[in-house]
Amino acid sequence: MKVEQLSIFIENKSGRLAEITRILGEAGINIRALSLADTSDFGILRLIVNDVETAKRVLKDKGFTVNKTEVVAVEVPDQPGGLSTILQALDSDLINVEYMYAFVERCGGNAVIIFRFDETDKAITTLKARNFNILEGERLYGM
Amino acid sequence: MFFNEEFETLPRQALAALQLKRLQVVLERVYANVPFYKSSFDKAGVKPGDVKGLEDLQRFPFTTKQDMRDSYPYGLFATPMEEIVRIHASSGTTGKPTVVGYTSKDIDVWAELMARSFVSAGAHKGDIIHNAYGYGLFTGGLGAHYGAERLGASVIPMSGGNTKKQIMIMQDFGSTVLTCTPSYSLFMAEAAHEEGIDFRSLKLRVGIFGAEPWSEAMRAEIEDKLNLSAIDIYGLSEIMGPGVAIECIQGKKGLHIWEDHFIAEIIDPETGQRLEEGERGELVITTITKQGIPLIRYRTRDITSITTEPCICGRSHARIMRMSGRSDDMLIIRGVNVFPSQIESVLVGIEGVEPHYLLIVERKDNLDTLEIQVEVDERLFSDEIKVLQKLSRRIEKEIKDMLGITCTAKLVEPKSIQRSEGKAKRVFDNRKL
Repeated sequence: MKVEQLSIFIENKSGRLAEITRILGEAGINIRALSLADTSDFGILRLIVNDVETAKRVLKDKGFTVNKTEVVAVEVPDQPGGLSTILQALDSDLINVEYMYAFVERCGGNAVIIFRFDETDKAITTLKARNFNILEGERLYGM
Repeated sequence: MFFNEEFETLPRQALAALQLKRLQVVLERVYANVPFYKSSFDKAGVKPGDVKGLEDLQRFPFTTKQDMRDSYPYGLFATPMEEIVRIHASSGTTGKPTVVGYTSKDIDVWAELMARSFVSAGAHKGDIIHNAYGYGLFTGGLGAHYGAERLGASVIPMSGGNTKKQIMIMQDFGSTVLTCTPSYSLFMAEAAHEEGIDFRSLKLRVGIFGAEPWSEAMRAEIEDKLNLSAIDIYGLSEIMGPGVAIECIQGKKGLHIWEDHFIAEIIDPETGQRLEEGERGELVITTITKQGIPLIRYRTRDITSITTEPCICGRSHARIMRMSGRSDDMLIIRGVNVFPSQIESVLVGIEGVEPHYLLIVERKDNLDTLEIQVEVDERLFSDEIKVLQKLSRRIEKEIKDMLGITCTAKLVEPKSIQRSEGKAKRVFDNRKL
């Protein structure tokens, strides 16, 4: 039910993002989804890739600080109010969203939201109870 | 103008004779009363009675800041505690400060030497002395304060900070003499400018600046922006505090060191050998009248040279040149002594912080800034921004709590800090002085 996400620490200086994507490209890694959070001094790049272990290894070899985090991917009906119903369900069970980002599924055309929760397992229980479609990691990596 | 003409102009031969007499007395005293000196003199095979001339002092061992730390807090005091009327301290390298104690006679001598220093700088009775050196454990505030009172001037005990109020008081009270760090004087001038106040319209005539290194270029800037005569003062708490040496307003070429109370030597910091007059090396000072904590051949770590050439002001006391650096890694940031090792001990105390750090010191808008770059490794790293920002703030707070200085903590990628063979270069002092 959980998806493995890589987080990479990047200093706010030119060329770092290009460097990361180059390393991943040369290792044959495909990026499925990404989000970049930034401050004035540094940024955190969050990635869902097709091969987590290889991606982590090649980036670490090049001196990057990389962490693996568990996130949850939820399919959202591509219609007005789709995301709102999910967030309302989480809110009613007092689950905090640390951050989230979205992309659109290639086949099917539904939106997929990647969530980072403070309590991942509790969030999954809530979402399943309300019949939201949680995507398996494998499906996402191979998409 | 002199404060104590007889002693300030004592012919050099008479000065040397006085120094020798006082040196013999102080050596006997520390040998009898301070176990550290008894054992260090014994180890070096020297006896106070061996001293027949001033040149014999070279045979005695040095005292270092480490010795003071090892004797923390009162181990080097040469008098019983009931004789001590004041205690000051300066920052140490590992959190413990260096402690000094003064008898009432010591406070008296300090006040006189500081009063002499004020006169040498061109101040006199009737002046309104705006003292913006910090009051507290730091010797600057109280040292200058007692000297100003001894002189008979009106002293305003401002202490540091609160710049707007400083400017208002200077304006309203008609301050004529300013005492603070050189960088703070420029900071005040700029703050005043922003308020629409021209420093040149104030009554300030003399500024006595010390506690941090500065340059001739900075003097020119201060004199222009503040419209006063800027005088360099030298002192360190281990020896006494401010007023160990000061420039004269007539010459402004070197700082007269009060040789009836201190013996100054210049040594090669590597070999410990005494250097000739005019050669640049580390300043070593012996206090010859101090009672509370006399120090024999104290290594100041300050790099300078010395001259006994006569000075146009008429003072016979030798002059030390403007300090050009340190023979250790101590940084002086906004007047606060900071050792990289102190910062390191704060950092390693924070869970997960790599011992890889870099200190970058700059001077922006005339104030020193310290940036601490810390490498983020896997243990520290989080995918959440707020966790990392909390870490930066924690580093900044702990440095502030321990060292009393404001810094910015910047998180950087691992290995971005240059590794070098042997000793890592951890400090980049980019201040152009």
